[in-house]
Amino acid sequence: MTVFLLRRLLQAIGVVFAMSVLVFIGVYAIGDPVEILISPDADQIERERAIEALGLNLPLWRQYLVFLGNALQGDLGRSFVFNEPALQLILQRMPATLELAFGAMFIAILLGLPLGLYAGLRPNSIGSKVIMAGSILGFSLPTFWVGLMLIMVFAVQLGWLPSTGRGETVEVLGMRWSFLTWNGLQHLLMPAFNLALFKISLVIRLTRAGVRETVLMDYVKFARAKGLSPSRVTFVHVFKNILIPVVTVVGLELGSTIAFSVVTESVFAWPGMGKLIIDSINVLDRPVIVAYLMMIVLMFITINLIVDVTYSVLDPRVRLESKA
Amino acid sequence: MSITTAGPAAAPAAAAKVETPFQRFVSEFAASKLALFGLAVFTMIALIAIFAPWIAPQNPYDLAQLDIMDGRLEPGARSGDGTMTYWLGTDDQGRDMLSGIMYGLRISLTVGAGSALIACVVGASLGLLAAYAGGRTDSAIMRLVDLQLSFPAILAALMILAFLGKGILNVVIALVLVEWAYYARTVRGSALVERRREYIEAAHCLALPTRRIIFRHLLPNCLPPLIVVMTMQVARAIALEATLSFLGLGVPITEPSLGLLIANGYEYMLSGKYWISFYPGIALLITIVSINLVGDHLRDVLNPRLKK
Amino acid sequence: MTTPPTLEVRNLRTHFFTRAGVVKAVDDVSFTVDRGKVLGLVGESGSGKSVTGFSIIGLVDPPGRIVEGQILFQGRDLTKLSEEEMRDLRGNRIAMIFQDPMMTLNPVLRIDTQMIETVLAHQKVSREEARQRARDALGQVGIPSPDERLKAYPHQFSGGMRQRVAIAIALLHKPDLIIADEPTTALDVTIQGQILAEAQKLCAESGTALIWITHDLSVVAGLADDIAVMYAGKVVEEGPVAEVLDAPLHPYTLGLIGSVPSRNRRGEPLRQIPGMTPSLLNLPAGCAFRSRCPRAEPRCAEPPPMAEYRPGRFARCIHPHLEEVAAA
Repeated sequence: MTVFLLRRLLQAIGVVFAMSVLVFIGVYAIGDPVEILISPDADQIERERAIEALGLNLPLWRQYLVFLGNALQGDLGRSFVFNEPALQLILQRMPATLELAFGAMFIAILLGLPLGLYAGLRPNSIGSKVIMAGSILGFSLPTFWVGLMLIMVFAVQLGWLPSTGRGETVEVLGMRWSFLTWNGLQHLLMPAFNLALFKISLVIRLTRAGVRETVLMDYVKFARAKGLSPSRVTFVHVFKNILIPVVTVVGLELGSTIAFSVVTESVFAWPGMGKLIIDSINVLDRPVIVAYLMMIVLMFITINLIVDVTYSVLDPRVRLESKA
Repeated sequence: MSITTAGPAAAPAAAAKVETPFQRFVSEFAASKLALFGLAVFTMIALIAIFAPWIAPQNPYDLAQLDIMDGRLEPGARSGDGTMTYWLGTDDQGRDMLSGIMYGLRISLTVGAGSALIACVVGASLGLLAAYAGGRTDSAIMRLVDLQLSFPAILAALMILAFLGKGILNVVIALVLVEWAYYARTVRGSALVERRREYIEAAHCLALPTRRIIFRHLLPNCLPPLIVVMTMQVARAIALEATLSFLGLGVPITEPSLGLLIANGYEYMLSGKYWISFYPGIALLITIVSINLVGDHLRDVLNPRLKK
Repeated sequence: MTTPPTLEVRNLRTHFFTRAGVVKAVDDVSFTVDRGKVLGLVGESGSGKSVTGFSIIGLVDPPGRIVEGQILFQGRDLTKLSEEEMRDLRGNRIAMIFQDPMMTLNPVLRIDTQMIETVLAHQKVSREEARQRARDALGQVGIPSPDERLKAYPHQFSGGMRQRVAIAIALLHKPDLIIADEPTTALDVTIQGQILAEAQKLCAESGTALIWITHDLSVVAGLADDIAVMYAGKVVEEGPVAEVLDAPLHPYTLGLIGSVPSRNRRGEPLRQIPGMTPSLLNLPAGCAFRSRCPRAEPRCAEPPPMAEYRPGRFARCIHPHLEEVAAA
């Protein structure tokens, strides 16, 4: 197990390194931030002073080495626009994104698991046909458009929920959270549901497919032959087996949920990392783009690691393999 | 339980009923009315997109045909000069939304199908190569696939577009770069399974040329999963393009796809002028749903695991 | 009044209503198993022997269902029972052992969980007592250090051990009837021998009736009291095992016996039955075996009745091997 963890950790470091090169080259090889950041009225001397201050006169590989050296000390550069450390900018906005993403995952599991279970157990019933049609819709609906429609119906027409922003926040552990206040929760509901749409469908399908495959298994028939109640067969014998793939995928999807919050945050003006990155791309605020990407890569790798470990806890067969 | 089916020796009468795999596939596909409906709807949408210049009431790119005075008219309103009815209303430029949607479909479908096709060719080739060559080539390609897949499509596309700038071609490039890995993984997976089958070994024993083994034996057997992935990816590509355009990173304003049309209506929606965003969204939705209906059923039909 | 037999199946028909048509997996099957007796239910795959077993325990999955017949278990007709009542019997009075031991135990649940839940499903006892019962049952089927093994997962057992666990689960409530669906087919010959010996001992000691479903005549020969041979959903021959194997009446039984390699006929070519089992979807009218039968004649197009040709010897054939034949 330790060897397995160490190997995964080394791989992760390799990926982070590779990504840092890729991201750096990608971001720095394009556009000219000087055009954007320095007023066109500035004279030559002012321009050069600015270029020097930003380190833009160095060759690309030197810029990368400087970047790498600083990154290792937790310094991912200063935002051209905000003139603040990029990392700090991102960390400030991270709680907003995280609570949005976790809210979405929570809704996805809360709705997706029971619906998928039902659809898998009674594949030919009307109810499950409705569920499956709904899940196709959930996959097909363009998230941003649904977000607009949600705003139109619940904020503009009905006036039930606020359309944009985070609402009141409470400071816990040095970070501001919306979900702890009633007002903040109201603000969170619509964006989180919007972000969850796709994941609800995903969980429904995974669960249903898992159930349909599992109920055909001999061990389920054997469980019934033992005279167990249908609920025990379903919730212990079938459910525990499908939980493994579902937990894995849901865990892995956390990363993509965080990524897709870019769209939801733009629609609902949710002040998270996603909105920051879109704004930064539009003004070519390179340090922020790079810092954001590195943060995301780190997050992904951490999530993957956690999922791997969880997986081996849930599935006894995997445990044996890692020992062997 | 297993039910032994009649072999040709035991029941020669059944020979007439033997279906080719393709006929069997068609009949199984046709068993779902929903999937057939999806196929019909998609065909219609594709026809509208193809013939948009001939059937659209207006050429939305021709500024001479637009009347700024007709801006933001409600659905069903008549144009100021009384020559036409704007069935789905107009946008802020006085552009007929119906025509805008028809032309937008053209762009959305071209970008979606085009990128899926290119990604399929690129991905499938690399997947086959990985499966067939094995060893270092395999692990190098799969490392790349893993890296690509561990990164969500929207982010990767965002970054690539941030590097390349706007434009239809750049969107296609971004979508291909984002999607090739799905094809590669699918093809490699099924090619590896097929490779171990006896008939491939038999082909090797017959000393058939590698090219022939790959294209005549390996590839056709990887097709079913590839078709399923491709269908789903076309829908995904269309949705992704729309999202990117909505975020202002996709197609340019001069060639508005459905996503950009929706984005244009964003600011007017809060004042209750819903149609500018609503109808392009519906068009987008119908397109994606119809493709997914087909793809969904294809997966059920082509998935051997669900067959008893 | 005599006590009824443990199980009496009368004219059972279980059909599967598939897209391609009605599959008559079990079509008019009757047999009786008495207390402490072993019935060998023999046939090729697809002959309907497994479906017969699942029909008795009430686990025929859609699109299949019992369309006709009675299954009298200690005089009660199981086909008339509600699902609840059936559940009370399953795993309790009637137990089943499946063919593939690698598949019958849930891979993600520990052995103790899977055993204790079976105890608790039918008896109100404490968890501790249930665990004790599980432990004893494992010991009974010859699993060493049952206390440790209880905490293991199925994948930590060999195939033979897993089948012992499955048998232990079947024995937990000392059932009156055990349906064993090819339980030794997937196992090594030596393990198979051990399990057969244990099964035999169990029936003799506890009076449990046993239906042993198999395609392997040699297993039946050593284990069963009676034998019922199935072909295409019907019982074609029935009788005491020694008599049937020594002097089969039905040409199919004869062919089946002839297909078993034997030491006594070394050097002779193996006899085999030409052709293969017909599709249950479109069975020929009349005797289903007639297309492969050396004795077939036009009269065989009429469905042959089950007839008693010798005392206790039944066959579904109009011209059985009544003459002396050297079967083995």
